[in-house]
Amino acid sequence: MDLLAHLPALQVVVPMLSAPLIVLLQPRGLAWAGATAVAVLSFAIAVALAIAVLDGQTLEYAMGGWPAPYGIALSVDAFSALVLLVITGAAAAALLAAKPSIDQQIEVERQPLFYSAWLLVLSGLVGIVVSADAFNIFVFMEISSLASYILIAGGPDRRALPAVFKYLMMGTIGATFYLIGVGLIYMMTGTLNLADMEARIGDVTDINPILVAAGFITIGLALKAAVFPLHVWVPNAYTHAPHMVTVFLAACATKVAIYVLIRFDYMVFQATLDAHEIQFAMFMMPLAILGILIASAVAMFEGHLKRLLASSSIAQIGYILLGVSFVSIAGLSASAMHIFNHALAKGGLFLVVACLAYQYRDLRLDQLGGASTRMPWTCAAFVVCGLSLIGVPGTAGFISKWMLINAALENGPWGWGLVAIILVSSLMAVVYIWRIVEALYFQTPAEGEAPQSEAPVQLLLVTGLVAVMNIYFGIFPQVPLELANSAAALLLEGSR
Amino acid sequence: MTPETAILVAIGIPLVGALAIALAGRISPNLREAATAITSLSLIWVVWGLLPILMDGGRPSVEVSQVMPGLTIAFTVEPLGMLFAALASGLWLINSIYSVGYMRGNKEQNQTRFFACFALALSATIGVAFAGNLFTLFLFYELLTLSTYPLVAHKGDAATVRSARIYLGVLLSTSIGLFLPAIIWTYTVAGTGDFTTGGILAGKLNDPEIGLLLGLFVFGVGKAAVMPVHKWLPAAMVAPTPVSALLHAVAVVKAGVFTITKIIVYIFGIDFLFEASSSQWLLYAAAFTIITASLVALRQTNIKRLLAYSTIAQLSYVVMAAAILKPLAEVGAAIHMVAHAFGKITLFFAAGAIYVASKKTEIHQLRGIGRRMPWTMAAFTIGALSMIGVPPTGGFVSKWYILAGAFEANNLVAVFTIIASTVLNAAYFLPILYMVWFEREKEGGKEHGEAPFLAVLALCLTALLTLAFFLFNGPVIELESQVVQGLG
Repeated sequence: MDLLAHLPALQVVVPMLSAPLIVLLQPRGLAWAGATAVAVLSFAIAVALAIAVLDGQTLEYAMGGWPAPYGIALSVDAFSALVLLVITGAAAAALLAAKPSIDQQIEVERQPLFYSAWLLVLSGLVGIVVSADAFNIFVFMEISSLASYILIAGGPDRRALPAVFKYLMMGTIGATFYLIGVGLIYMMTGTLNLADMEARIGDVTDINPILVAAGFITIGLALKAAVFPLHVWVPNAYTHAPHMVTVFLAACATKVAIYVLIRFDYMVFQATLDAHEIQFAMFMMPLAILGILIASAVAMFEGHLKRLLASSSIAQIGYILLGVSFVSIAGLSASAMHIFNHALAKGGLFLVVACLAYQYRDLRLDQLGGASTRMPWTCAAFVVCGLSLIGVPGTAGFISKWMLINAALENGPWGWGLVAIILVSSLMAVVYIWRIVEALYFQTPAEGEAPQSEAPVQLLLVTGLVAVMNIYFGIFPQVPLELANSAAALLLEGSR
Repeated sequence: MTPETAILVAIGIPLVGALAIALAGRISPNLREAATAITSLSLIWVVWGLLPILMDGGRPSVEVSQVMPGLTIAFTVEPLGMLFAALASGLWLINSIYSVGYMRGNKEQNQTRFFACFALALSATIGVAFAGNLFTLFLFYELLTLSTYPLVAHKGDAATVRSARIYLGVLLSTSIGLFLPAIIWTYTVAGTGDFTTGGILAGKLNDPEIGLLLGLFVFGVGKAAVMPVHKWLPAAMVAPTPVSALLHAVAVVKAGVFTITKIIVYIFGIDFLFEASSSQWLLYAAAFTIITASLVALRQTNIKRLLAYSTIAQLSYVVMAAAILKPLAEVGAAIHMVAHAFGKITLFFAAGAIYVASKKTEIHQLRGIGRRMPWTMAAFTIGALSMIGVPPTGGFVSKWYILAGAFEANNLVAVFTIIASTVLNAAYFLPILYMVWFEREKEGGKEHGEAPFLAVLALCLTALLTLAFFLFNGPVIELESQVVQGLG
């Protein structure tokens, strides 16, 4: 067996086994270097996997040679590869930039533990994505959640503690719901392997427990994914976490839950439950629309930079769900694409926040006046990523919005109503992004809050790179587009 | 350099220029101004280098990226776009000369940001001009809005930021709320958005829908300022005068009417639209805008606001000419873009020169100013006469063609509108000219002479161009006639 065949396993194993080793790297800076190297290596593995599945094939891996459905099975297809790129890319980019910001926020002696938890989150998230087994997904979900509580609470901001407690409560409820659902299915089918599950549900005579399971799983994952109105843990958790943790988690954590949601509903239930797509669409679409409109409206009136962006994240999750709820190839590929593009835009924006936070202690908008004169590069990156979030043509964000609109138009005459909602919410995004731009560029500086210089070069370089990528993928989106298209085809036509 | 690379280079030059200006601005203002000059000169060299190819009937085109199937970023140079690009790049040079005089004479802040954003706006303008399909056009259209926002908000005080917000709000919300749905609709119906001779929608849409789609386009392209989406233009007058002169008399507003003309000619196709009864309203909407904006202009007391309303009226001339849907009128629409550009930039230059020299902004303050600033006011007079359409100015030529087109179509509404608005133009410009030259200045005013030399030089140049266009318009007409060849 060549190396490529082992990559799905290595994707999880490399960060997981390095995590305890990082704790040993006590000398200053070494822990950061080690964790960054591991994250970059993970990203490289994800790229290799993406190239391998670009033509639409699926890589299967049986742990220890025990074949599915008995052994632990891993599988990587186009959809997982896309999400893996997002997770490892976010982790690597955030870590590459992180050192100055982390040094500022976390005491040196606790840093090795912090980086170790970071790698555990990473391995948990990638584990969720590559697992082909419902129970292993749960295990990895717990690993990533527990470790991310540490990350969020690890900063100097004591308000993070109640925020994390709320996150922990809601996250545990979500995970428990998921586990109840999986348990019910296991009871009825006797299997935990997703593909096997799909095959056996057809033989189940009493379908009611499966329906209950579908409800539990969908709601549990919706909680994890911060789907409106189950999103209340997000704003505080994002706002009070250390800035680099926000970059990492905002770019990928909720998206992984959406990934599992899509996997379950499309691979297991779609083909086996009667009229599942109607139930699913009728449940998800109103929530998506409400989330888009209400969260955007909240963001329009929010005065704190991080909290504003967190609200916008909830609205963006609404876009992803909206595409999913169309139950069509076009809608699914739009959603997959938006997972990728939103990670680029929001990751970039939170990187800018980290740059600003390096110089400003208070991140309320009225304190950020005139930042552009002292920090021109940071502010320029903000404008680019902000435009991408709005969905201005020429940026990555436009691509997924365009796809989403096209998918909405397939829904017949009331598709135009959905288009109207998407356009109105884009205008709301213009408002909340532009409030920040005005503050950065045209507001007079607040008393005693004038930073003397730009953010550290290391932070700035990564931020700039992400900003450039927002433009690059707006003009040359072919690679993620191909992954998104074959992901949608795989999910809906079940050609695996 | 092949014409294909020339297209990309033309869009790239101002982009690189913007970066060079931003960097040079940290070293010295003179170096920065040199960067602007080199950028605009090389842009002229590349853009005007494409002219002979176009004259010979060439249509160079290049595809950058296929973003999605059917959705490409591509550029094609055709006569309308060529004219627009040549106009914008040529006037940018003159405007840069003027800007240096104006910005230094006024001791403005943040000059580096100003010149860098100006270059960025020019890149977007060239992109709009050369866009080969609706999607590419939309991309650069939005970039133009965004890059001009810092120029409008330049002063940075509360009132300016509020006006700039109106500017951005109207332009972005119309483009996202109306223009984008229209583009999506077009792609859905026609399967493409390429600008094609004869249009792409013929036979694919029926009557009430044609009028609706046209409406989405016309009001979605807020830059054309067809009422009621004209409010942003007076709001944009808070910008420094060079911005009002080049962007809000030439690049931005012409991008609007250019887009509408291009959509009428290359997306709908004029014959197809002429047959459709539901497209008739556009003529009336444009006529209404011409008359109403002229009436509003009559009541203005601020020079720049008067010029803004005059611009709104003149823009609708182009829209109306395009909406007559006859070959001669389409040529008239293209020529009017040029004629109005020369005249209006002169008027704005003069208004700015008056402000730099005397800090005067109101019309009633202009009594007798002709004696203090003879060169400036002579140029102002030429510009005003061109707006009215008096020979020997450029404004006469375009009105002639539009009238000819209106008669060809037997369109009495258009004929009447042109006559009425000529009277109104005269009614608001002639009293000013009388005041400037023949009334006495109020006692105790500030002593002043002409504006800085560079500013006066620039406005004399554009005044000369206004006169010259009356005599030497042959090549332009020849080029634009290609657009409608074989039609009608």
